[in-house]
Amino acid sequence: MADITNTAANRARSASENPVKRFFRATEIDTRLLGMVGALLIIWIGFNILSGGLFLTPRNLWNLSVQTASVAVMATGMVLVIVTRNIDLSVGSILGFVGMIMGVLQAEILPQILGFNHPATWILALLAGLLLGAAIGALHGAIIAFLNVPSFIVTLGGLLVWRGATWFVTSGRTVAPMDATFRLMGGGTEGSIGATASWIVGALACIAIIATIVNSRKQRQRFGFPQRPMWAEYFLTAVGCALVLGAIGVVNSYPWPVAIARKYADANGIAWPDGGLFIPHGIAIPVLIAIVVGIVMTFIATRLRFGRYVFALGGNPEAAELAGIKTRWVTVKIFALMGMLCAIAAAISTARLNAATNAQGELDELYTIAAAVIGGTSLAGGMGTIAGAMLGALVMQSLQSGMVLVGIDTPFQRIVVGMVLVVAVWLDTVYRARAK
Amino acid sequence: MTDTRTPLVEMKNISISFGGIHAVDNASIDLYPGEVVALLGHNGAGKSTLIKILSGAYKRDSGEILINGEPADINNPRDAKKYGIETIYQTLAVADNVDAAANLYLGRELRTPWGTLDDVAMEAKTREVMGRLNPNFQRFKEPVKALSGGQRQSVAIARAILFNARILIMDEPTAALGPQETAQVGELIKQLKKEGIGIFLISHDIHDVFDLADRVSVMKNGQVVGHARTEDVTKDEVLGMIILGKVPEKAIPGPGAMQTT
Repeated sequence: MADITNTAANRARSASENPVKRFFRATEIDTRLLGMVGALLIIWIGFNILSGGLFLTPRNLWNLSVQTASVAVMATGMVLVIVTRNIDLSVGSILGFVGMIMGVLQAEILPQILGFNHPATWILALLAGLLLGAAIGALHGAIIAFLNVPSFIVTLGGLLVWRGATWFVTSGRTVAPMDATFRLMGGGTEGSIGATASWIVGALACIAIIATIVNSRKQRQRFGFPQRPMWAEYFLTAVGCALVLGAIGVVNSYPWPVAIARKYADANGIAWPDGGLFIPHGIAIPVLIAIVVGIVMTFIATRLRFGRYVFALGGNPEAAELAGIKTRWVTVKIFALMGMLCAIAAAISTARLNAATNAQGELDELYTIAAAVIGGTSLAGGMGTIAGAMLGALVMQSLQSGMVLVGIDTPFQRIVVGMVLVVAVWLDTVYRARAK
Repeated sequence: MTDTRTPLVEMKNISISFGGIHAVDNASIDLYPGEVVALLGHNGAGKSTLIKILSGAYKRDSGEILINGEPADINNPRDAKKYGIETIYQTLAVADNVDAAANLYLGRELRTPWGTLDDVAMEAKTREVMGRLNPNFQRFKEPVKALSGGQRQSVAIARAILFNARILIMDEPTAALGPQETAQVGELIKQLKKEGIGIFLISHDIHDVFDLADRVSVMKNGQVVGHARTEDVTKDEVLGMIILGKVPEKAIPGPGAMQTT
């Protein structure tokens, strides 16, 4: 009975809507996220025209993906931090410090113990970094949760402390080079998985998309909930798969540079053809890491109890406490997770630079926060998505590398990025006010 | 209600002070199964504070809580829930940014064998409970922030009854509601009473609760003025208790009763 009235009401409602609205309601697409994709496309096409077709090349897009990885990884954690009405200003400094420790471990300490180029070097360095990052984050979280010091102050202190500590590790000396395997996390020709593996990843992603949609439909069926119309399901599947395969196609059409390809051909006894050897990069490992982090973090935020508590806590801390949630521990866990993500970002950026330096990650805290906020995370707490933040990171990086391509001076680049941040948040405020 | 039965809840000689001010001073109240007790008093009389001690939000300085005649150790909201005590707060303590199902199960989520949230099962159960409570409710997918006051109230009540509360505390249950929704809550209280649930209604407005309650306990300046069965006293007499601390003949005076009579 309830079902009949329900569908009748739905039908009555959909009849009064215009086709566009009906489309968005049927597909349940987040219009906000769609707006961001639109903004990204405008930026891309704009820079492509301004740079005379240099922006939308496989090479630039591949580089863009690699440059985005580090901040994108940290932005996923920043979402949870900001959702609980906290802030983390120390992520750049944690990145610097953890990167320096991992650098010293693999370049100076581990070779003495294990011997040079030992296969376990990279994993030990990475594990140590992850533990250290989590420990630093947990320390910050504990001070915030149990000593009631505002997160702004604790992490502002952390910003100074860990940057200073980075200097102390080697008295300011840059540490290089990194372990050969560790370096793969930074991308480059070596640190990419190649065409075949990329297609396999793409195929797996498509299977995952289909499985998710089928499973969610089955679940809704099991309990007799209203369902999306079939055409909407097909549409979502098609768009999802097309995006994935399109991206793979792009990274697979960026070939290795001639010099490296030639060296590879010589080393493997391949005859050098006249037109040059076309060896595609495929997905860069740091990008793969960032995607996996994004999926895991989305899983944590939406499918696990911890994620549910994070959002409940951000919306109404008192209600969460009264519901029996151990809010302090949730805070500690969030910051520990943030620290761990800083360690992953540190691994990516030290590997990419092939060195650990004093200044690594400087200003990254601001880019990370900006990415999360542009991606729709509300500073008032309780709202934000992981995917949005990663997209926000991509928007920021697109602006920056676009301006480099077009040849805009560094000071002016900062002015633009700063203004874009403010305008983006203003637009978001307007959008949200209207949505109510 | 004579003393032959064991009370569901007995709070004995409870005191708590904040920075030297005795918010609750040597207060004792009790509640029997299937009974509705209205806890009345002015704003700041200490009734909300007293009840927050029972629900675990505050820690008492001294005194004793007995649940079913056994001493209960309540130090936080989780402890209170273990004893079957559920609270619906005046400020409608719901988590604004998650949907109705997430609110109903907040802190006690259903999980799949893999340890992930079983959202579908939670939504199904939520639809069932909300359907019993508020058949017009349809907005299951929206964050509760988007709901009206009455809808939020029904989410808060559904949350309490979902977990088979034996003792329900409602702090100004109808303050945020329109007349129709108030009547709905009244019906609901009668239904819960039939199921043997003991209910504390807390209000500063006697008209809200007098007809629903079996007994009233009145507080003033942190002390209990007295207890009375609603059939033994008139609204005016209870008002006298609230305003003056004057205890009518058929009521049992407490430590806060007016001394000079």
